[in-house]
Amino acid sequence: MSDTNEPDPGLRAARRRLLQDTAGIAVSAVGFGFVFGLAARDAGYSTVEAAAMSVFAFSGAAQFAAVGYVSAGLGWLPILVLTFFLNARHLLYSASLAPRLRQLPFLQRAAMAHVLTDEAFALAATHFHRVGRVDVPGYWIGAVLGVFIPWNLATLAGVMLGGAIVDPTAYGLDVVFPAAMAGLAVGLATGRREIVAAGAGAAIGVLLSLLLGPSVGIVAGGLIGPLVGMAMPGGESHRAPDSDLTGMRVDLDEAMADVAELPAGEAS
Amino acid sequence: MSTQLVLLALLMAAVTYPSRAVPLLAPGIERLPPRALLYLRLVGPAILASIAATQTLVRTDDSGARSIVLGPELLGVLLCVAVVAWRRNLFLGLVAGVGFVAIARMVS
Repeated sequence: MSDTNEPDPGLRAARRRLLQDTAGIAVSAVGFGFVFGLAARDAGYSTVEAAAMSVFAFSGAAQFAAVGYVSAGLGWLPILVLTFFLNARHLLYSASLAPRLRQLPFLQRAAMAHVLTDEAFALAATHFHRVGRVDVPGYWIGAVLGVFIPWNLATLAGVMLGGAIVDPTAYGLDVVFPAAMAGLAVGLATGRREIVAAGAGAAIGVLLSLLLGPSVGIVAGGLIGPLVGMAMPGGESHRAPDSDLTGMRVDLDEAMADVAELPAGEAS
Repeated sequence: MSTQLVLLALLMAAVTYPSRAVPLLAPGIERLPPRALLYLRLVGPAILASIAATQTLVRTDDSGARSIVLGPELLGVLLCVAVVAWRRNLFLGLVAGVGFVAIARMVS
């Protein structure tokens, strides 16, 4: 590490590359955040409510799921159960980073956790791999400049400009929500087990929704589907999963491998 | 302006934050059995597919009766799925699916 506060040329070059990567992610976050704003507006969210979702929950798939549930007039408990399970994968990213960040102050780690998304993790892991160690400013560049700020600004734009659309259904905007859910599922279906889990989840969800109502059917499909997938023999994943905030392909397995190669306890 | 859903947003944050923070704040606690990790990997596609299929196919009428509905919305969602699978681009898939439904409604 340099004796001065100036980053070394290699680090500066890596940060420039990170900014370029971040710009691409930010554009996607703007597009998808805008669509979320439109969908939220269509579901009856106020501007403050839509903004609160993106600031506090900050989770693409869970936010879209909440839009669908709220518009259908269903209860909050199923939303919270689904949100918990949809976002449980973040545990893997957090666990991957934990040994490299443990010397940072508690409050800083707590703040870093809130903006830990698929994209933030992938950007940080790639950047850390380039510089050969943890670079805390690099984490904030990817997580905040690349995802959090664009996603939130675009949400605001979507929910505010959505008010200018008199009849959203005429433009098919009511289909945004189920189409986004289906598209995100495709992005996560990276192998045989994932595809079987998704198919079983859909079938169980529809069947039990007809018999017992959507709030039961959706949760049952989401929680029983994986058990069906686990009963299948494992196979190699065809590709990395896509992110749920930008819909972009994010090679999280490779990112975790990158982080695992870093020396522990050298954050700066 | 309604603010009721701000509470829901905070509750969603409360159930999301532990997954993001617990390993960072309490290292070592995240070591889950492989079966649990596999379940967590599969739960995402299963939940999303369950939501998409139910929202697209199941309708509840004013009397509370539920039925299967097959319409342009299903074709729009399937078109979105096909485009995402082909181009690996969710935004493009959404444009295609929503655009198809908008045109179908305009024509009908």
